[in-house]
Amino acid sequence: MSWLTDPLAYDFVLRALAEVVVMGATCGAIGAYVIVRRLAFIGDAISHAVFPGIVLAYLAGASILGGALVAGLLTAFGIALVARGGRIREDAAIGIFFAAAFALGVVLISTRRTFQGDLTGFLIGNLQGVAASDIAVSAAVGAVILLALAALHKELVLVSFDRTLAAALGYPVFRLDALLLALLTVTIVVSIQAVGIILVLAMLVTPAATARLLVDRFVPMLALGAVIGSLVGVVGYYVSFYAETASGGTIVLLATAVFLVAFVASPTHGLLGRRLRRHPPHAGAAPAHDRPEGHEHGR
Amino acid sequence: MSAERGLALQDVHAGYGAGPVLEGVSIAIPPGTLVGVIGPNGSGKSTLLKAILGLAPEVSGTITLDGRPIGTQRDRVAYVPQREAVDWSFPVTAEQVVMMGRFPRIGWLRMPGVDDRAAVRDALDRVAMADLRHRQIGGLSGGQQQRVFLARALVQEASVLLLDEPMTGVDQTTEQLVVNLLRELRDTGTTILHATHDLESAADVSDLLCFVNGRVVAFGPPAETFTPPILHATFGGELLIVHEGDHTHVHGGGHHHGPDDGPRAG
Repeated sequence: MSWLTDPLAYDFVLRALAEVVVMGATCGAIGAYVIVRRLAFIGDAISHAVFPGIVLAYLAGASILGGALVAGLLTAFGIALVARGGRIREDAAIGIFFAAAFALGVVLISTRRTFQGDLTGFLIGNLQGVAASDIAVSAAVGAVILLALAALHKELVLVSFDRTLAAALGYPVFRLDALLLALLTVTIVVSIQAVGIILVLAMLVTPAATARLLVDRFVPMLALGAVIGSLVGVVGYYVSFYAETASGGTIVLLATAVFLVAFVASPTHGLLGRRLRRHPPHAGAAPAHDRPEGHEHGR
Repeated sequence: MSAERGLALQDVHAGYGAGPVLEGVSIAIPPGTLVGVIGPNGSGKSTLLKAILGLAPEVSGTITLDGRPIGTQRDRVAYVPQREAVDWSFPVTAEQVVMMGRFPRIGWLRMPGVDDRAAVRDALDRVAMADLRHRQIGGLSGGQQQRVFLARALVQEASVLLLDEPMTGVDQTTEQLVVNLLRELRDTGTTILHATHDLESAADVSDLLCFVNGRVVAFGPPAETFTPPILHATFGGELLIVHEGDHTHVHGGGHHHGPDDGPRAG
């Protein structure tokens, strides 16, 4: 078992492991909303849009976390505002902001060649360089996010599942959406240091999607996503430690491998499971009447 | 007039920005009335329901419930969505969907209580879905899904119930169950509006019919309004009307297109 315990002798390993556990759990949990609300693309946009914020904060000597947060929130709300008019669909609005923000980051970085070394850390992440204060920030943010998700659980699920009912009942639908996007942005910003801009999306989507294949209820999905996120973080870090590969990339590849196993072998939703239960007995209703009849009306 | 009990619409115009879909709607529905809203596709049936729900983007005119503006009575209006509007892959169970109807009563930052659970169990019993309450909603048949949403409306204990195409894609068992339940609710004072394509069943089950095509073409009991001139005025050439003794059979253009979907005799 010394292969398991030996690396723990190093402080930087302990810090990296603490960071991936916290980051994996936070991303895996909020990832449940990314999956059911189909926020993967907007998450991608936010994770790229923080890039110019990081560069600007770096140039100005300000807090990098703060710069990333401001840029991420501005992008999230820019997208929401442009898409709200209805003329431009959300996916187009996302594409525009996402490319523009990233391009701004690239242009800014090209003006000062000397920064490239430091800033590439944010593209691919730098788990080895995590400081104790980073872990404290990640843990605090993760706790706030989980607390918010727990406190507003009913309302967030309602708004995610049935916006019409939520609006009809008088819930502040737009504000709940904005809150969810803000929580997502904060998660992305604090996770970037560990796995990098490009890979943070995978931690938001892959563990939660894996959980969705294994359970059919929202809260178990959220909890399982958090567990999977932490586990692949720890195991992936060990693999990268011994294989001497980039830790962020290794973690994401492991998460993808776990997803693929679930995709094939999940007892309920996997390819194999579905083959076994090709003709499930449906209690109650006659299937011939099940198909929606209204689609082709009034052509 | 505005102090009257029931649901009243006064000169209501509603639309989505590109001009009104529905113009000049003025109808008064007493409590305990089952209203069938019928009209061709795009005629404004859904828009009418959305306007009452307060969800049509552009609404003018006044809508009142028991004399008070509908906007102040939101918790008294329940709604069963069109099937196509629901994400059936969402990881919730039948029971959890029904519980959503209780959320406004439960309030922010609180968990469902004993009486909420009892109301949910009771509603699931009434729609004969208690056995399947732990099933994820995508694993239910169309009829069962519709019954779950009806149960959700039941736990709201609302005064007004709006249903958008409740009989679309459901089996005969469900259709009968829904009709019986709607009548029961009507008898206990609920005002019900259901939008539907199925003209004959609407005429059978409804106390009043509201014919819609950009405006209200006719509003009254089926015996007075389910007539060839009004059907023509509402649907134009889309209908084939067959007289058979004192029965009028109606075949919608393109509305009946499956082998199991023949005309429903009264």
